[in-house]
Amino acid sequence: MPVSLLWAVDVYGRVYSLSTAGQQWEHCHDAQMEFKRVTAAQQCCWGIACDNNIYLNVHASDLPVRYQEETYENQRWNPVDGFSERLLPSDRWQWSDVTGLQHQPLDSFRLPSDSWEWEADWYIDENFEGEPTEKGGWTYAIDFPATYTKDKKWNSCVRRRRWLRYRRYKAMDTWSKIPSQQTTLPDPFSDISCGGWEISEEPRGRLSLWAVSLQGKVWFREGIYHQNPEGSLWEEVSLPGEVVQISCGPGDLVWAALWEGQLIVREGIGRDCPKGTSWAVVDSPSPDVGAIHVAVGVNVVWAVTKDNKVWFRRGVNSHNPCGSGWISMVGEMIMVNVGLNDQVWGISCEDRAVYFRQGVTSSELSGKTWKVISVPRDGDRSHSSASANSLQSAGYYFSGEVRAQSVVSDVESDTEKGSTDGPACLVTSASPESFVDAPTDHTSDQPTDTPKARIPKVTSDSFISELVSDREPAKTIRDVGSAAPAVLEEETIPGEGEVKAPCTDSSLSPTQSGGLLDPQWSNVDLEEAQGQQAQTAADAESADTCSLSSVATYTLAMEDPYGADEHPLWAWVSGGGCSVDTHSQLNWFNCTMNTSSLVQSVQSMSLSVTPAQTAAWRRQIFEQLSERTKREMDNFRHYEQAIEQSVWVKKGTMQWWRDWKPHKWIDVHFALEQFSGPEGNKDGILFIYYNFYEEKKYLHAFINEVTILVPVLNDSKHTFAIYTPERTKQRWPIRLAAATELEMHDWLALLSVSCCDSRGIQGPPSKQAIWSITCKGDIFVSEPSPALEAMPYPTPCDQMFWRQVGGHLRTVECNSVGIVWGIGYDHTAWVYTGGYGGGFFQGLASSTDNIYTQTDVKSVYIYENQRWNPVTGYTNRGLPTDRYMWSDASGLHECTKTNTKPPSPQWTWVSDWAIDYSVSGGTDREGWQYAADFPASYHGYKTMKDFVRRRRWARKCKLNTTGPWQEIPPIPLSDVTILPCAAQSSVDVVPLWAISNKGDVLCRLGVTTLTPAGSSWLHVGTDQPFKSISIGAASQVWAIAKDSSAFYRGSVSPQSPAGDCWYHIPSPAKQKLKQVSVGRTSVYTVDENGNLWYRQGVTPSYPQGSSWEHISNNVRKVSVGPLDQVWIIADKVQGSHSLSCGTVCHRLGVQPMEPKGQSWDYGIGGGWDHITVRGNSMEPPRICLPSLTDPSAPAPRSPLLARSGEVNSNAVGC
Amino acid sequence: MADDKDVLRDVWFGRIPTCFTLNQDEVTEREAEPYYLLLPRVSYLTLVTDKVKKHFLKVMKAEDVEEMWFEYEGTPLKWHYPIGVLFDLHASNTVLPWSITVHFKNFPDRDLLHCPSNSVIEAHFMSSIKEADALKHKSQVVNDMQKKDHKQLWMGLQNDKFDQFWAMNRKLMEYPTEEGGFRYIPFRIYQAMSDRPFIQKLFRPISPEGNAHTLGNLLKEMYPTAIPNDGEPKRYQVVIHGIEPLLETPLQWLSEHLSHPDNFLHISSWITQETVGLNGGNSELTDSLMRGRSESCP
Repeated sequence: MPVSLLWAVDVYGRVYSLSTAGQQWEHCHDAQMEFKRVTAAQQCCWGIACDNNIYLNVHASDLPVRYQEETYENQRWNPVDGFSERLLPSDRWQWSDVTGLQHQPLDSFRLPSDSWEWEADWYIDENFEGEPTEKGGWTYAIDFPATYTKDKKWNSCVRRRRWLRYRRYKAMDTWSKIPSQQTTLPDPFSDISCGGWEISEEPRGRLSLWAVSLQGKVWFREGIYHQNPEGSLWEEVSLPGEVVQISCGPGDLVWAALWEGQLIVREGIGRDCPKGTSWAVVDSPSPDVGAIHVAVGVNVVWAVTKDNKVWFRRGVNSHNPCGSGWISMVGEMIMVNVGLNDQVWGISCEDRAVYFRQGVTSSELSGKTWKVISVPRDGDRSHSSASANSLQSAGYYFSGEVRAQSVVSDVESDTEKGSTDGPACLVTSASPESFVDAPTDHTSDQPTDTPKARIPKVTSDSFISELVSDREPAKTIRDVGSAAPAVLEEETIPGEGEVKAPCTDSSLSPTQSGGLLDPQWSNVDLEEAQGQQAQTAADAESADTCSLSSVATYTLAMEDPYGADEHPLWAWVSGGGCSVDTHSQLNWFNCTMNTSSLVQSVQSMSLSVTPAQTAAWRRQIFEQLSERTKREMDNFRHYEQAIEQSVWVKKGTMQWWRDWKPHKWIDVHFALEQFSGPEGNKDGILFIYYNFYEEKKYLHAFINEVTILVPVLNDSKHTFAIYTPERTKQRWPIRLAAATELEMHDWLALLSVSCCDSRGIQGPPSKQAIWSITCKGDIFVSEPSPALEAMPYPTPCDQMFWRQVGGHLRTVECNSVGIVWGIGYDHTAWVYTGGYGGGFFQGLASSTDNIYTQTDVKSVYIYENQRWNPVTGYTNRGLPTDRYMWSDASGLHECTKTNTKPPSPQWTWVSDWAIDYSVSGGTDREGWQYAADFPASYHGYKTMKDFVRRRRWARKCKLNTTGPWQEIPPIPLSDVTILPCAAQSSVDVVPLWAISNKGDVLCRLGVTTLTPAGSSWLHVGTDQPFKSISIGAASQVWAIAKDSSAFYRGSVSPQSPAGDCWYHIPSPAKQKLKQVSVGRTSVYTVDENGNLWYRQGVTPSYPQGSSWEHISNNVRKVSVGPLDQVWIIADKVQGSHSLSCGTVCHRLGVQPMEPKGQSWDYGIGGGWDHITVRGNSMEPPRICLPSLTDPSAPAPRSPLLARSGEVNSNAVGC
Repeated sequence: MADDKDVLRDVWFGRIPTCFTLNQDEVTEREAEPYYLLLPRVSYLTLVTDKVKKHFLKVMKAEDVEEMWFEYEGTPLKWHYPIGVLFDLHASNTVLPWSITVHFKNFPDRDLLHCPSNSVIEAHFMSSIKEADALKHKSQVVNDMQKKDHKQLWMGLQNDKFDQFWAMNRKLMEYPTEEGGFRYIPFRIYQAMSDRPFIQKLFRPISPEGNAHTLGNLLKEMYPTAIPNDGEPKRYQVVIHGIEPLLETPLQWLSEHLSHPDNFLHISSWITQETVGLNGGNSELTDSLMRGRSESCP
């Protein structure tokens, strides 16, 4: 789980964040001012500062936020000038947007705010629909608007070209004010809440931001998404009442609390309408006490009433956003906040500490208990100036809650008027009601005046209750100050700071010497310090406004030397960016005890933490055990063993997919006989006993002949397949099904250990290993022998032995120094840790360290099909010949919402069925795709000729497993490639490139054999999203864009790891490329029709090559290794029993002179999805072909150079 | 050696070279040769001595043979303790091979349990495993196992099949990660020369504060005298499988890696030689220890 942040604001308005991996609150030092509230998403945090402006803090990421501005230059041909900028009067602007309706000259583009900067100047886009254009990037058409082509024809009367310019969001990791274009500002904001990122994945990074103004109006921020993090404008949302606080969940829940104490629920929020349509009212949980606060998640609503009681709403989900009833919860909170995974945080009424709701799971959303987060804050003892600073401003800030007047008063703080005004306003602002508890707590000997003046300032949350309990004062204040803020705001704040700072410093100086740096200041403390206050009251009274707070501080600090050790007082918390679930291990809860020892013991407990490996006690045990062996056994090896070794048989019952027709599962007895071979190696035989027409028969396989054990996807049975070379040829493995998953895993683990023993394989895979992945996501690894790539007689592919490695991936890539990266179905990036086992390999078949939990999420799709009839329109009544009204993609199998199961028993559902809009071909607003008939090509809009329609439903399922993989947060990837370098020193930085799942090209920095995960991403700019990338020897980087055009990256070198520019390479005619792999000199691509292409004419001086040559069809994926060896995943491979899709194949006859090879050798499959041979740099045994130059001759700098002459001669010779 | 699994192997394949000699009082037809054997530390005497029995029966008359039992320097050896525990407890300072005397008469009913057949050993072994699992998992794991799984554990021990045994035993060693360990650690602390059989109490692997308990914590609680005070020389030796783990070794780790096949952590302890010297002969216990030692020295 990647590290994420919990955000909070303390009572002084300081913003802190707490990392899920951290053990202390980090002060957000760059916050120039104090904040009232924050609301976090994973990628950013929003806040209302004390100037009532909304600030945005976008978390820095290796992926920059870039916005592509584009405009079109249009020209028309005339007989005199040819193409010129002189257009017809009826034509579009000479510079326009793509539609031609908007006038857009280059200089009309402005940066939207100070947070942006231009990346470079305008330039012309020379690519057109995946093809490079002729000079100037012009595309031609008969007239505007029409179809443009890149070729000029006799009838081309108009042309246009696209200009591009990128702007970049630069205000990363700082608080920057969001621009407000509106001339009339909404009145100051008092609450803010962001969420809604689960409503739709498009556009990327979309957020809903809701804000509440002091007058109780609600505003919705339009147009927030990844490339436009600030959003574009505020829109007012009409309301049935006046709102005091609002909460927006990650999904479609939005609730708000009304002044009157009821709650309102936004209805009609959806993909097309994130703002929703209407409000429904829900009564306060308690008939007598109104609600003041509400917090919503995906499927939960929590509320707090004015008496600080906490309530949980039952039965809330996206179909029923109002829920069904309230449940009273234990604990008294000032506010609660719901974060990711419906986890809940709160601030306790009693001690103002942040609490975490423990035990919240999807099945128990209300959790179990409140647990206090007791971690220290950074600078609790060290930042004297910071605390002094914020202290003084806190005084200002809390009075400033009620805003306008205090701003005014602060500006005039040196004047007599100001000094009297400030406190006076405060008194007014504090409502009688909220006042009640504070003064009554105070004892009688208290001078009445002094505390009165201070109490209202105490905490920001009391502000809310004040407002709620009686809004009259607030209204008055509004009136008084309504004119002031708009004008004064900008200047006031800095001015105020300057004025105040010196006087605070001077008044605090005595406390600094006493080492009392961060005194706690609250009504609680006020109570305790009353006696002292009485003495200083006179001073306080006579002091000017700004020193009022500081003096109070000073006094308290003197009397309260333990202030710094007490719990900090919090005002607000937001968990919207904090990814915690039941499996998370947090160090937040008891590190007040003995932090270091706790951490240590925790580490030694967990099975796999490296420091523990080196602990003294462990060394002692290892050493003593080997001493014991020496002492007790070494001299007595000739003694007889007490127990003779014997054959060990394990038996069981299973089902077997019988060999003869009709094929079906039959019950069989299964036995594994293990024995020690003549040289002490272990071996075994597998027996399957079955009945053939009442006759007992058996089938057997020698363990040393088994090449692979593969778990097979089956939604009801726990099945696996056993292959031998013979059975690989026949495409007919021994298929077995165990009664339970556990039993299957036991057998698989046992058989696997047995197979490895018989082949003498143990421990982690070697650096040269070949990795592959099945369609199911299981990971296999094979140890290549030097003979594998031997010429002319390589080891047949079907004899390769594959063993499984724990984990679940979609893609894996490696190189020859042992760096292995994988990508999950959910696009999470993983790095191989050097362990082995995991998954169902436990105990002996698995390393104890380097095994971590791994999760993966994928979607299961079903289709809803409908046919149109003249009477009722589209209905779910089809023709008798039609497909099922609920089916799979093919329409052949019925798949309803209820009968569709996760792909295997390992997967569990984690979401409900939802309409999938991201179908190729597009959909209408309800997700439908139309066609003339089943099956046909579908489109996303209805025409007259369409009689059927379908839509796709998706449901997410999740798998939890373990394996030697560690997550590399936070950027999800779709492809990765590692330079297949020769084994050298371990400090060398290895080039690694990747494509994010949004199509960004990334270059990983700091990848070495010791740090295979690298350190950070370097973003490589492109004009369009990419989908495949590969780096070969001599830093040749090739990539395929989403529009299927190929690119070569120029000038990539160790000095310039990201290269400088992209060279566009035309695709093979009429083919859309989808994948590329680059070896030593060979460049291979695969297109969407399964063709494999070889790039001709690649030379060091012209690395782009000259043309594509067709090699093969029925290819799904290609992997070219460091020896230029070519391996593919092939479809439609013929076996004696069946055709198989997804088969591992090896190109035979690949030689330096003949990099294209001659034929395919078929290996394991079908059902394979991915292979990488890029780790295998093992040169085959030398062969004597005198006419050839030796390809493995040392080529220290660039293997490409060594081979170049041959490539050329080859090209000439052919 | 980097992997914890190697510890499991070392523990399993620990062997004690032993020399069996027939008690001189036994009536024989001709002189009995001593019999040399490597005994697995984790097994039981009566389970691995078929060969010994066969060897000595050759020289004896059938009518003189009663139940076989073993004795070391006057101490009858309890077959129901693992061999390694017997060795550590009674003979750790002896010169190897360990010299065991074989008896076929005068079975010491007061000291030893009868062992008419291997099924008695099996019953004892399985009941230990069940008891251990009751402590570790409230018996949930062992109860979830089938009869054949139990058999696999026993057959693994009986036939010295490490893989076979551990394929099943690993389940008994699992625990929910969030709990950080077993419910209680199944352990037994044996004191040499003591009348008490052994110490066995409830002890959790994790302190209420969430810290991992160590071997030192356990001893402090169960057997405080075994822990040296500050500055004092070590008075007791605390040995598991013939080695002395450091006191800071986490107990959970020990339980997972140094338990015997019966799933108990068998801890042997005795007073160190130096301490015996210091204390002089003022206690019966040290006396007997001294006597034992002087007898064993030629």
